[in-house]
Amino acid sequence: MDIDWQLVADSFVPILVGGATGTVPLALGSFAIGLVIALGVALLRLSPLKPLRAIGWFYVSVIRGTPLLVQLFFIFYALPALGWVVPPWPSAILAFSLNVGGYAAEIIRAAILSVPQGQWEAGYTVGYSKAQTLQRVILPQAIRVAVPPLSNTFISLVKDTSLASVVLVTELFRVARQIATFSSEFVIVYLEAALIYWLFCLLLAWAQGRIERRLSRYVVR
Amino acid sequence: MSSAEIEAPLLRVTGLHKRFGENEVLRGIDLEVRRGEVVAIIGPSGSGKTTVLRALNGLEVADAGEIAIDPGLHLDFQYPLTEAHRYGLRDRSAMVFQNYNLFPHRTVLQNVTDAPVRVRGLPRAQAVAEAEALLARVGLADKRDAYPYQLSGGQQQRVGIVRALALKPELLLFDEPTSALDPELVGEVLQVIKELADDGWTMVIVTHEISFARQVADQVLFIDGGVVVERGEPKRILTEPREERTARFLRRLLHPFED
Repeated sequence: MDIDWQLVADSFVPILVGGATGTVPLALGSFAIGLVIALGVALLRLSPLKPLRAIGWFYVSVIRGTPLLVQLFFIFYALPALGWVVPPWPSAILAFSLNVGGYAAEIIRAAILSVPQGQWEAGYTVGYSKAQTLQRVILPQAIRVAVPPLSNTFISLVKDTSLASVVLVTELFRVARQIATFSSEFVIVYLEAALIYWLFCLLLAWAQGRIERRLSRYVVR
Repeated sequence: MSSAEIEAPLLRVTGLHKRFGENEVLRGIDLEVRRGEVVAIIGPSGSGKTTVLRALNGLEVADAGEIAIDPGLHLDFQYPLTEAHRYGLRDRSAMVFQNYNLFPHRTVLQNVTDAPVRVRGLPRAQAVAEAEALLARVGLADKRDAYPYQLSGGQQQRVGIVRALALKPELLLFDEPTSALDPELVGEVLQVIKELADDGWTMVIVTHEISFARQVADQVLFIDGGVVVERGEPKRILTEPREERTARFLRRLLHPFED
């Protein structure tokens, strides 16, 4: 086939801008909020109180047991029917944050459990409270264990943000779809979109490696 | 009577009971420790000796009995233990663990200074100066910026001791401090503990090192089945035990290959 280089040149920048102004803030914002939710849910799941554990379990179960697209549609299309209209951007951020919260909660829970019990005791014995021990002793060690699986979650999230296009958020994939529809050059435009997602993920994988090396400085090599 | 005997004991434990499910680990432990005294607790594994020590640091909560640290701290376990009580115990005692339990993500210096700065509110410069002095005392001045994984077991345990000392506790608790060490590293740790004893620190040491207990302790407790079977001067207990159980335990410890 002939490649329409003019189209490539004209479409690449708008798609990239869609990524920079849509995909990137959507992914970063949702991941940050999602991690806060995840820590809270992980602590619920680790609570000595059964009702709190049950709440945490229920949350994780619902989030992981239902499709992200259904969660997104529920927030954007079903909530207005219940009298609560959520605009496109908040809908997408909310859906992705809640979703990351569910998946990352299990990662954080497992990472906290991977720190030996003796570290809690060492924290207590030097006089730290439970919260101080968590913050100063347990989480810094748990993060090292959690970074590789959390990176996977983040990379999945970056790609999942393409779903936001169906709730009218202008991000990378929505821009690509619009250009493809107008030009009918589906192959080239969607290849460009895929390439940009891939570049984003390569960048993330590189960042992950750097973070892992930094966090492993106190471990036997 | 010497003044030490008239003075109220620093630590008084009475009737301590503790149960883990079906297993009654402590069945009425009594213990008195005077200021400057070194008490060694010996006994078979599962006897409850470590549980006693952990109860003194609030890491286990006894079901019944009392722990009093003079002056001012009195815990009666028939009432629920509050967080304030736990902090009270940890404010006055400090624990050295069998597996050191250093913070692996903090340097040696940070391991020692973090808590004094965060918990006791010591100015950082002062905490660092005190930590450096203590590290120098145990021969680890040059390791202040190392991470725990870069140290030998013996060095790690000496840092564990320094971390405890930096809290300036009235009571030092050692839970089998040399049991995780390679044999050739045991001596350097015992030497440090002996020097602390000579300096007048009040200590309770759970140990299997019988000759060390004999050399350093003022009082030896033999605990078995959750009760104090025998107590007294180390020389007497360790050479002429009155109780058959004590004698049997010591025989097994000293001659593990005989019947």
